[in-house]
Amino acid sequence: MVEFALPRNSRIVEGKTWPKPEGAKNLREYRIYRWSPDDDENPRVDTYFVDLDDCGPMVLDALLWIKNKVDPTLTLRRSCREGICGSCSMNIDGGNTLACTKGMDEISGPVRVYPLPHMPVVKDLVPDLTDFYAQHAAIEPWLKTVSPEPAKEWLQSHEDRQKLDGLYECILCACCSTACPSYWWNSERFLGPAVLLQAYRWLVDSRDEATGERLDNLEDPFRLYRCHTIMNCTQTCPKGLNPAKAIAETKKLLVERRV
Amino acid sequence: MTVSILHRVTGGALYFGTLLIAWWLLAAATSERQFDLANAVFGSWAGRCVLLGYTWALVHHMLGGIRHLIWDTGSGLEKTTASSMARLQIVAAIVLTLLVWIAGYAARGAF
Repeated sequence: MVEFALPRNSRIVEGKTWPKPEGAKNLREYRIYRWSPDDDENPRVDTYFVDLDDCGPMVLDALLWIKNKVDPTLTLRRSCREGICGSCSMNIDGGNTLACTKGMDEISGPVRVYPLPHMPVVKDLVPDLTDFYAQHAAIEPWLKTVSPEPAKEWLQSHEDRQKLDGLYECILCACCSTACPSYWWNSERFLGPAVLLQAYRWLVDSRDEATGERLDNLEDPFRLYRCHTIMNCTQTCPKGLNPAKAIAETKKLLVERRV
Repeated sequence: MTVSILHRVTGGALYFGTLLIAWWLLAAATSERQFDLANAVFGSWAGRCVLLGYTWALVHHMLGGIRHLIWDTGSGLEKTTASSMARLQIVAAIVLTLLVWIAGYAARGAF
């Protein structure tokens, strides 16, 4: 449900200011959300200073520089460092994006880094995405067929393959879903933009033979229709995809099969 | 997101505005004294300000409805298009509200 204020033990307090690196001339201020499950402290925002002459250009570079050279306890997920794995999604400068593809030069002033909004926090910048993954599993994101299997691959025309463009690129980083107010308020029942984009990816796949069954599962006031086209998903997607459009097309499919 | 919030807020304000219309109609059906009282309240400066706000809420919410109708056809959902439509809606709502009021005053022979 709607929560306008954080619970008392989740309110963010001013944290520690870490010393500036010695002899560094080109500094950048980072203000980073910190919370640990191992003590009873409230979350805090720590201030760090990054030596830009010793660090790469991306926000992820700076976070790893801090972890390696200043504070090894800073906790975050990262893997590919090139926008393909979706691990380092977080809230940077007020918007959800991937730390590895967000350049520091795109941000003015101190760089504020928080975990993805409205998700349970495991530690520091690591959110608990268990429910998000369970919702993805719930739409059965695999090819479903009843026809006898072909001797080789399931074939698809070039035109049919093109229908998957703008959908297959999704890396499930959860930036869009955690930017959506409807998902904040009804994350237990609304599937959210990322999962609905995945659902549409299987609806329009020419090889899939479970379209009707998939639509039946989506035709629900909460699972699909909590989307009110707020457009935060499309605005924030670090891969430039359009979940709002995929959701609108899904709603159209549901109307079309009725008439 | 701003225009989405405005759409909800104006939608809520319309409930209140509808009460005003209901009161006006009830007053008209009750007696001349009641009707004069309602007209005096609506005609006062504060009353006119509320009615101006109600007009804006109605126009803004209507334009938002049209925007959603366009979206339901699957068009206008590109990132830049959606943002331009949102900005256009804010400006158009203000312009249309002023036009309605100018037309209203003109019909009363104010110019």
